[in-house]
Amino acid sequence: MINLLWLQSGSCGGCTMSLLNAESPDLIKTFNAAGINLLWHPSLSEETGSEAVEILDAVDCGITPLDILCIEGAAVCGPNGSGAFHMLSGTDRSMMEWIERLSQRARYVVAVGSCAAFGGITSAGSNPTEARGLQFDGEQRGGLLGDEFTSEQQLPVVNVAGCPPHPNWMTETLMSLAFSELQPQQLDKLGRPRMYSDHLVHHGCPRNEYYEYKASSEKPSDFGCMMEHMGCVGTQAHGDCNTRLWNGEGSCTRGGYACINCTAPEFEEPGHSFVKTPKLAGIPVGLPTDMPKAWFVALSSLSKAATPIRLKENAVSDHIKVPPKIHPVKKKR
Amino acid sequence: MTRLVVGPFNRVEGDLEVKLDISQQQVQQAWVNCTLYRGFEQILRGKRPEDAMVYTPRICGICSVSQSVAALRALADVQGIKMPVNGQRVTNLVLANENMADHFSHFYLFFMPDFARPIYRDRPWFDKVERRFKAVTGTATAEIVPARAEFLHLMGTLAGKWPHTLTLQPGGVSKSVQPQERLRVLAILQGFRAFLERVTIGDRLENFVALDSLEALQSWAAANSIESDLTLFLEISEDLQLQQLGQAGDLFMSYGNYPLNGEYCLHPGLWQQGKKPLDLSLISEDISHSWMNQSQAQLPPISGETEPDMSNPAGYSWCKAPRLDGKMVEVGAFARQLVDGHPLARALYQDSRSNVRNRVLMRLLELARITIAMEQWAREIDPSQPFFEDNGQLMQDGIGIGTLEAARGSLGHWLEVRDGKIHNYQIIAPTTWNFSPRDSQQQPGALELALQGAPVREGEKEPVAVQHIVRSFDPCMVCTVH
Repeated sequence: MINLLWLQSGSCGGCTMSLLNAESPDLIKTFNAAGINLLWHPSLSEETGSEAVEILDAVDCGITPLDILCIEGAAVCGPNGSGAFHMLSGTDRSMMEWIERLSQRARYVVAVGSCAAFGGITSAGSNPTEARGLQFDGEQRGGLLGDEFTSEQQLPVVNVAGCPPHPNWMTETLMSLAFSELQPQQLDKLGRPRMYSDHLVHHGCPRNEYYEYKASSEKPSDFGCMMEHMGCVGTQAHGDCNTRLWNGEGSCTRGGYACINCTAPEFEEPGHSFVKTPKLAGIPVGLPTDMPKAWFVALSSLSKAATPIRLKENAVSDHIKVPPKIHPVKKKR
Repeated sequence: MTRLVVGPFNRVEGDLEVKLDISQQQVQQAWVNCTLYRGFEQILRGKRPEDAMVYTPRICGICSVSQSVAALRALADVQGIKMPVNGQRVTNLVLANENMADHFSHFYLFFMPDFARPIYRDRPWFDKVERRFKAVTGTATAEIVPARAEFLHLMGTLAGKWPHTLTLQPGGVSKSVQPQERLRVLAILQGFRAFLERVTIGDRLENFVALDSLEALQSWAAANSIESDLTLFLEISEDLQLQQLGQAGDLFMSYGNYPLNGEYCLHPGLWQQGKKPLDLSLISEDISHSWMNQSQAQLPPISGETEPDMSNPAGYSWCKAPRLDGKMVEVGAFARQLVDGHPLARALYQDSRSNVRNRVLMRLLELARITIAMEQWAREIDPSQPFFEDNGQLMQDGIGIGTLEAARGSLGHWLEVRDGKIHNYQIIAPTTWNFSPRDSQQQPGALELALQGAPVREGEKEPVAVQHIVRSFDPCMVCTVH
């Protein structure tokens, strides 16, 4: 059996809620299939109060072996580095200290969600609680556990970033750790499992045809591409959100709103409105990933000139105004 | 006098610690501490008003849509804009989907597993309850986790994803519902209704909703054909007399919920031995026992301040103490159904006021009532009409209030926009009301009062009665302190 301990730090609990959305199979079946034994989880386990503290103490002093430590939420280090903004209730210890101690015991440490990975929303604005990621402060390596930290199995903190992460990003990462399969080269330079981070949110976006012709949405509920005006950064954001859907048939762009790059460090402070695209001389500032600027500008103006009426009209409509033409079947003689 | 500290108090959302003074096998006094401070009200200062739609849902992963709805209403209030009726229908559906999924998870994952604890092994119902409700391994968990995930497909279809959608906006919804998506939503709702009728309630939802007295409920449950998780709960409740456990105060509040064309599905108001009108301007937050800067002990939320400061010697929680005209208030499904006037809620109140049994029963009643309402809203969606209205108005300076009923009770956002930026943003969440610390009049919060008199057995470190009472409120601590 693989012992898994899950703790919530400076978080909204949304990663757990997303985890419970796992399907085909559901979460309980997935854990059973991977041989994962849930030592304790704040939302699911029976044990409360001293019963729960006993479980943590047994791990802390090495009596119970810990295979996977999942931390959901940022390490809350304030005020003044004391961690007192988040004491683990029933103990006189800050959650920050619990994370530091238990990380020393775990074969693998998983930062669940962008808060635990990089600080995330909890570190937004003036970062009043001194929130940090486990091994990153925003984009900078470091974080609570430090740049050099590796868990017992010589892996850095595994960053299942996302706000929240897709349930499968979490379950598949946990399975791969339970099977001792995850290797350092399977993490990207931000510590994210490449299984999902080598993809872009743009892949499989149903608005791709609008993107190709720069037929752009102008207001919420329009069908067009949201890159030009509506703040969408799906062409730069890492994640397989549109090839592996959410809650059945969804994704952010399918829900009619911008991808805000929630798998990336510092997504919480874009420096401009989340839902308006910043532009320079009428051209969106952020370019699609791996695309040379000159080519993007050239291709955009060319494709804009070639936009079919159908896309131009539908892009600013909330339903299909102009259906695709039905071509007569041409029989080859 | 013995002092017990219960924490980490799990199967609630977020971080909770409860201190108990015990003598004569009873809780004499209780103090509730929310042990995590995140500072959203500080984070939001100086932000663009529209960016509240990104930040506020992330206050809470379980009440994410509720936070979005409060924020969009506060923004709409500042701008003076309205959403088209299709937008209202979809907003109601998405909010109800979250609220009902929360009620469902609360009953099965958070609340019922306590009856499968070994302390109850001598009860006649124990074996079947242990098989059904044991945390993680019970048959209920195996059934309801996939049923919940499938019910939340409504989010995938209408809101992109859950939690943390941006579909909901002040001017409507960013997802226009196509004819085939409307049908998909109806199919998802049918699937959820079927589960509730077969497993949770054990009867047509309409038959359960029609029960109008305690006697009607009891004879309905005694009918041979009805065997369900609800009737099992009633059997446990009868045996353990859960209606005698956890009574709080006598003032109940609801902001009203699911408005459509100006008509509420659940009506707003107050209940204090009778229905009374609600005046939001009577709300203030007291910080005398909070770890907050004490320069202003009590402020209305629109001019509220949030400045954490652990030096307050009387402080014992990050939570503030909201009060209505200086009085302690209970919110939640029981309060909501009581204020709205459902006959069964009124009958339960007459019988035994607020308590563990009544809080849980009213959540189950709401599951049935609102699932029926959701079917209606989905049928009425008109894909040929707009879902979003571009009001073309720039964000102006001003004050806005956004209110609604989240699963756990009344949620409000108070927003002031100055020079195009958020000048102040104050949030009062349902559990901020229910789990508030004492105020400057030394009045305890609803839970602190409800815990007084709770029985404690010999040697109990986490008195099981205390656990039932705490969880009967379905607390959400991450919302509470934010």
